[in-house]
Amino acid sequence: MSESDVTRDGIRGARPGRDAQVGKGMGDGRRRGRKGGKGRGGEQSVVPRAEFTSYYGRPVLNPPTWSSLDIAGYFFLGGLAGAGSVLAAGAELTGRPAMARALKVSSIAALAGSTAALVHDLGRPGRFANMLRVFKPTSPMSVGSWLLAAYGPMAGAAAASDLAGRLPRTGRAATVGAALLGPAVASYTAVLAADTAVPAWHDGYRELPFLFVGSAAMAAGGMALLTSPVAENAPARGVALLGTAVETAAVKAMERRLGVVAETYREGRAGKLMRAAEALSVAGALGGALLGRRGRPAAALGGAALLAASACTRFGVFHAGMRSAEDPKYTVLPQRERLEARRERPEDD
Amino acid sequence: MTDTSKRSSLIGRNLLAGAEPDVAGDAGHEGHPPRVGFFTDTSVCIGCKACEVACKEWNAVPEDGLDFTGMSFDNTQGLSASTWRHVAFIEQNKPLGRAEAGVDHGDVDVLALAARGSGTPVEEAAITPTSPASPSDGGRNGLRWLMSSDVCKHCTHAACLDVCPTGALFRTEFGTVVVQDDVCNGCGYCVPACPYGVIDVRPEDGGAHKCTLCYDRLGAGQEPACAKACPTDSIQFGPLDELRERAAARVEELHRVGVADARLYGHDPEDGVGGDGAFFLLLDEPEVYGLPPDPVVTTRDLPSMWRHAGAAALSLLGGVAAVFAARAGVSGRRTGRRR
Repeated sequence: MSESDVTRDGIRGARPGRDAQVGKGMGDGRRRGRKGGKGRGGEQSVVPRAEFTSYYGRPVLNPPTWSSLDIAGYFFLGGLAGAGSVLAAGAELTGRPAMARALKVSSIAALAGSTAALVHDLGRPGRFANMLRVFKPTSPMSVGSWLLAAYGPMAGAAAASDLAGRLPRTGRAATVGAALLGPAVASYTAVLAADTAVPAWHDGYRELPFLFVGSAAMAAGGMALLTSPVAENAPARGVALLGTAVETAAVKAMERRLGVVAETYREGRAGKLMRAAEALSVAGALGGALLGRRGRPAAALGGAALLAASACTRFGVFHAGMRSAEDPKYTVLPQRERLEARRERPEDD
Repeated sequence: MTDTSKRSSLIGRNLLAGAEPDVAGDAGHEGHPPRVGFFTDTSVCIGCKACEVACKEWNAVPEDGLDFTGMSFDNTQGLSASTWRHVAFIEQNKPLGRAEAGVDHGDVDVLALAARGSGTPVEEAAITPTSPASPSDGGRNGLRWLMSSDVCKHCTHAACLDVCPTGALFRTEFGTVVVQDDVCNGCGYCVPACPYGVIDVRPEDGGAHKCTLCYDRLGAGQEPACAKACPTDSIQFGPLDELRERAAARVEELHRVGVADARLYGHDPEDGVGGDGAFFLLLDEPEVYGLPPDPVVTTRDLPSMWRHAGAAALSLLGGVAAVFAARAGVSGRRTGRRR
């Protein structure tokens, strides 16, 4: 259709003067009707400040195609597995065999669930092995795949050795190895979410890892309370309290940083989940800490509340991200503010 | 913002953010051709959608729904796995530069005409074309119809490529970004990573798809199908350096003839994505066209993210160890007392 040919050396055969002269033929513009003002609107911002416009309200970003059950579920299970391995090693090294065994089993079970969720979420599950085709530090998902590939066998060996009562030295080494990799498994998922253009995740990238490890410690502490005898659960109560404190503080700090995007964590489904998480975690941590030493039922109840709280947090974070990606307001407004701030700064000189 | 001061060594080398003059070279291509791209001059777009059709035809992109949206003439809605060119239509009550309608219809009462000829009473008419528009810009009325053909930006720092865990997305010798369909496992990480909402997963085959800048045609020395089909040369293809020069001249010309709104978008190698391989001349703010006003490649902050995650992981390890140590101390003292 176009008569010109574009070659690597530029356009060939373009007709001269083919550029449309928009507004040409209207004189020099001072012909009429331009009283008052010099019509030099170009330098000034055309759109009034902080006015939000969008293209028919449609999202700027393509929202993640991830299913909440798979990915938020993975965030929860990965945290439970990773932090659980740390607790398992601590329990084993301080002579709490029942707690150690329970957490090793829960970690390998959570890891199996994680892997299933991750493979299930792929558009082409048959190609899951392509995750280990390359190692890319710029891709948190690649780093995570390799991390899981290293962590999984260790967590598995630790649990297997404990249950079978064989190869205690190998089992001990695997337990310690899993405990060293566990925190990375629990925290990298925060980078996985933050390394996107999703405003509610990316803009909180400083706090999100702490939120995630806090939530992971809460889940693992809860699992330990749920499964260990009262005589062994003292550290679990401490970890649960610590995890709850870290998670709650991280959520507050992140909401303060996010500005208008923090709405996505306070409203709608994410808001409900985040509030439920807060209530459950405080109830579980305090209840478990105060009553958990008295008897199994109270400890188990507190532990279950903590597990539920951790899951609620992960689903809350997931849905806040989805909401922030689906509403163009959360993409455009922070970027507008950033532009205005940048525009004002160089005007000083 | 404040993080620019905390840029890591990787960023200093501009592999994650900032101006990167030789993307194909940095990706390992030796003796590669010059970087190519699109300059989409929306001021001459007539909304014919020939680009959309040519793209679908050439690339055998499947149909992805036939809808009537009510969004002006835009029933395509946006870029997706099966829409690699998308023409946006925006109707505005605003004159285009100094242009004005040649004929004054101010004294024609269209509704009165309609009342004579149609069965719809004026009060019940869904639209009232003669409703006086709010005066704008010195008391003049006007209507402008903005059209813009959107496409993958083939960013200098492409987040989709950075985060792809399988290596399915790669940088070509032309400096463009392409998905290898036989490698992609459909993890979908590229989808939320893209700051422009371009790439998406196609539900039918589970894989991620987007504009390839007609990689096959480039290899044969041809221009991409959309640019070839564009009847007004709104879509211009060529070496990026040359396109940038041409775009700068064009925007200057438009300013001279009174289109003060004309501005370039995505042309600046210093912007948040290191400059786009496909950039635009727009007549309004980017968000009016559904484009982000200040996109930033998410991986610019990745070194800091890894540092924060590392600190969090160590805190978890240290925190749990401290709890066990404290408990050991408490129980040790207790047992000591009992003895």
